Amino acid sequence: MGQPDFQHVVRLVDIEKSYGNVRALSDINFSVGRNEIVGLIGDNGAGKSTLIKIMTGVDKPTAGELYIRDRKVDWNDYSVGKAHELRFETVYQEKSLGEKQPLWRNFFVGRQITNRLGFIDVKRQKAIADDILLNQIGFRGAGINADSAVAQLSGGERQGVAIGRAMHFDADLIVLDEPTVALAISEVRKVLDFVRGIKESGRACVYIEHNLAHVHELADRLVVLDRGAIVAEIGRGEMTLIELTNFLIELQQHRPADAAAKRASTPS
Amino acid sequence: MSALSKALPRIEGVAIISVFVAIVLVFMVLAPNVFLGIRIYMSFLTSVPPVLVLALGLTMVIAAGEIDLSFPSVIAFSGFIFAFLFKTYELTWLAVIGALAGGALVGFVNGVLVARIGVPSIIATLATQFFWGGITTVVSGGLSYNIRAVKDEAIWHVFVGRIGLLPVQALWASALAILIWFILNRHRFGEHLLFIGDNANVARVVGINVDRERIKLFVLMGVLAAFAAVLLTLENKNFFNTQGQGFLLIALASVFIGGTSIFGGQATVVGSFFGAFIIGMIEAGLVASGIQGFWVRAVVGLVFLGAVIFHLRMERVNASGSFAKFFGRG
Ligand SMILES: Nc1ncnc2c1ncn2[C@@H]1O[C@H](COP(=O)(O)OP(=O)(O)OP(=O)(O)O)[C@@H](O)[C@H]1O
Ligand SMILES: [Mg+2]
Repeated sequence: MGQPDFQHVVRLVDIEKSYGNVRALSDINFSVGRNEIVGLIGDNGAGKSTLIKIMTGVDKPTAGELYIRDRKVDWNDYSVGKAHELRFETVYQEKSLGEKQPLWRNFFVGRQITNRLGFIDVKRQKAIADDILLNQIGFRGAGINADSAVAQLSGGERQGVAIGRAMHFDADLIVLDEPTVALAISEVRKVLDFVRGIKESGRACVYIEHNLAHVHELADRLVVLDRGAIVAEIGRGEMTLIELTNFLIELQQHRPADAAAKRASTPS
Repeated sequence: MSALSKALPRIEGVAIISVFVAIVLVFMVLAPNVFLGIRIYMSFLTSVPPVLVLALGLTMVIAAGEIDLSFPSVIAFSGFIFAFLFKTYELTWLAVIGALAGGALVGFVNGVLVARIGVPSIIATLATQFFWGGITTVVSGGLSYNIRAVKDEAIWHVFVGRIGLLPVQALWASALAILIWFILNRHRFGEHLLFIGDNANVARVVGINVDRERIKLFVLMGVLAAFAAVLLTLENKNFFNTQGQGFLLIALASVFIGGTSIFGGQATVVGSFFGAFIIGMIEAGLVASGIQGFWVRAVVGLVFLGAVIFHLRMERVNASGSFAKFFGRG
């Protein structure tokens, strides 16, 4: 494959999203460069998940434009399937695995290996699923195989499966929405190693994380969302972890509504 | 663990087949003069196929976490279309197509109500049951249509004729059961239904077009119910307004006795297949054992409830089983 000549894997321009009266996102301009790890941070309800759902074809925005590899994409042609085709993989925050379904179905659902009539090649899917479990995720001797149902897995194992699925499909952009939530420390390390691996293999990543130490360490650039708007972009090395923490605490205390006023006057 | 010993307890429907055999044996003891002859079994193979065809469709609907209560009216509505087209215009194959199209229409309306407008399927299909039932009464004028002449037509022999003693509709229903098994367990569409039934949000984020699949599902259910209507009307050589009544309980009972989860995401076609025959057998067996007819419904209702409770318990046991395994491993 030749080196692609584009600047941004994905770029969102002037995105707005409302759910009824709830304004979840406004004036969002967000881009991810080739081989860039972008950390997306912000309070609960800031709009992080909403943003990546729009980016990965799950939801449509109320307004705004999408560019993929610098080419404009029509929202009507955009879907999760299309995002997969364009080599975007996502590990969603909330469940992204069918609980009662075996792993071999979970790995391939939405893009099954089928014959022309749409019947699934179960044998091949199982073989590949077993291979991913063993070699990519490293569930060695854990008693988990392609036939195991998701319901039998621990939280960490589930996250491992979701990430393993993303790895298998060899994406250019991997989106991780709070992948370390509810994981034991050893499992967290695995996820962080995986994110490092994304960088080393020349791919890009959007990484949503509440643990500032993790994003601060891994991200090339941090984007801060607050109440549906981007309020800061921080390049690698611009702030120490402590400065970042203080900055975010400050941000919480001075909500954007009165931030402009704050800038003019001295804070009390 | 060898592949064989791992696969054995998993073979779909072992439990339900055992129950089926046990019930046959019980009736052979209770009513030997009926259940030791072949006639009763040929009678099952005549009466069970429409129920089975309904149960097959319902298995997919329930797998997707939905329900369809409108099918008794499809039995009437599509039966009417068929009988009317045959009686008035002497259409045969086209009458079948008309009946199936009627079922597809009912299903499409259900699908749009559920998927696009967001009406819960239990409400939407309850309403459409009344609607299409009412429409059928109006257009048929409440009359029944005697179509005895259909017996001389090719379609009668193709759909409900006899090969020796064997009623042909049993072959149709069995072939459909195999087809539906493959669609549910081996086809992309079936997998999508299972994921939708498991968790519709998950289905959405993995890229399933949930709305479109739901509409397809209800259309398929409508067409299957219409096919059941054709089999029934041909077998009876008669259409009557209320011919759908009585199918609601036994078709749903077949599915749940078979072990399909009431929560969606899990379904067994083999279970529904034997479930339909178990219901047919219980009905016929009770009558043959000298129990009065009106008790039969009550018993079927009880068996239905008992089966649902039994399967609920089993699901819980399985869940706690895996929980224990998790701790054992840790
Ligand atoms: N489907 C929906 N319908 C209505 N409102 C929604 C929906 N999804 C999100 N919202 C609202 O949009 C806002 C942003 O939610 P979002 O899930 O994007 O936050 P988040 O930054 O990911 O938060 P967290 O860190 O808690 O995951 C919230 O106010 C939320 O209530
Ligand atoms: Mg979120």
